[in-house]
Amino acid sequence: MTQESSAQPRVELPFGIWMRMYLRLFAIQGAWNYETMLGNGIAFCAEPALRLLPGGMKGDRYKQAMVRQARYFNAHPYFAGVAVGALARAELDNVSPQLIERFRTALGGPLGSVGDRLVWASWLPLCSLLALGAFGLGARPVSVILIFLITYNAGHFALRAWSLKVGFDRGLRVADALAHPVLRRGPQYVGSAAALLAGIAIPLAAREVIGGGRFLAAGIILMAIAGGLLLARFGERVEGWRLSLGVLALFVLFSVTR
Amino acid sequence: MSLVDLLPIALLGAFLGMDVVTFPQAMISRPIVAATLAGAFIGNAPAGLIIGALLELVALEMLPFGASRYPEWGSASVVGGALFGSEFGEPAGALTVSIVAALATAVLSGKSMVWLRRMNASRATRQRVHLERGSSSAVTGLQLFGLTGDLVRGFLVTLLAMLAFGTLVPLVVSEWGIDARSSRSVIVATCAAVSAGAIWKIFHSVPRARLLFISGLGIGALMLVLG
Repeated sequence: MTQESSAQPRVELPFGIWMRMYLRLFAIQGAWNYETMLGNGIAFCAEPALRLLPGGMKGDRYKQAMVRQARYFNAHPYFAGVAVGALARAELDNVSPQLIERFRTALGGPLGSVGDRLVWASWLPLCSLLALGAFGLGARPVSVILIFLITYNAGHFALRAWSLKVGFDRGLRVADALAHPVLRRGPQYVGSAAALLAGIAIPLAAREVIGGGRFLAAGIILMAIAGGLLLARFGERVEGWRLSLGVLALFVLFSVTR
Repeated sequence: MSLVDLLPIALLGAFLGMDVVTFPQAMISRPIVAATLAGAFIGNAPAGLIIGALLELVALEMLPFGASRYPEWGSASVVGGALFGSEFGEPAGALTVSIVAALATAVLSGKSMVWLRRMNASRATRQRVHLERGSSSAVTGLQLFGLTGDLVRGFLVTLLAMLAFGTLVPLVVSEWGIDARSSRSVIVATCAAVSAGAIWKIFHSVPRARLLFISGLGIGALMLVLG
């Protein structure tokens, strides 16, 4: 996937344009829908770079590139920068439209699965548990918020910047970057840390809400673990949050009518 | 609460509702942040943090994978934080009823996200002619439409939920018949069970996850005893 249709000087991205693309990435899901999913967002984020095409915004190449980039695409939002950068690079390098289409089709799946595993299923739960642990240890509201937001967004902001940079630097050769050790093994390490932290943070947070009473807290935690194991046995067939809404609503009715 | 008092809360719900998907996804919308901020708006940040922590335990189960449909926690947590934060003195039942209100709002808000996504699709279809001409203003217009729609969606969900539950919660709390500690115990057991189940679902494929979780529980239990 490295064939280019014509040899021409490699276009460099001025910092101002890179920054505009980076900032637009934060709104990449602005027009998310069930038809084109992220497609419009990809065109929106790549657009500042496409202005560098010969003829500028009025040129045919700009318009054809915008048409291509606004079509269906799906990926994890934080990793979509890889696609934005690589596709912008491909357009500026005058790669053939067929190759760009094939590249787009091939890229979405891996960017989705890597992002889901690393961010949604590892980094986010870890940061949540860290904040819950801080709450359980009696941290003040502002400290809990700052611990969560600073930790989570250190990873978030860096990941968006890395993804745009690596995408633009490597263009159609970006697949190698997705084999980076952090992306391959990161979810496992982060997941291990989160599993350990979950065991510490959940009891501490529970005790903090109940307030005092170690034996009561211990009893409730044991009940919670038993309930959690039961929920885990049902797997995806039961959504715990829906069940909790039902249980608590019944508890409200019981308390008001007794 | 009067309509004027509700406006800042509804605006907060609007911005934090946006954060879930459209802008900037910095997870300001996570319950532990959103509910605490709402509590702070009311002048009772500690209460916001308590309900935020409980909702966070529940929210661990629903992670925003791909195109799956999930509850919208941003606006819902603002509603929960504002409702519980306004019950100064934390009467028995206030926490339970506020959590039920927040979870119900999360269901409604999740549905409103689906409606907005359908509206975005329909708008994109209407703009197809312009998009097929490579119009950058059509692309930007669709982004702005979606972002504005999400802001309005979050505002309306928060406002309607606050209008409904702001009246209902004090009524239910005044009729509450179970003591505060027992009430809290039921909520904590329920939320912690959901989170324990969620942790298992998320990390069961990680090597030695069970051992690590049990080790963590041991450390946590020790900290409880010593603390």
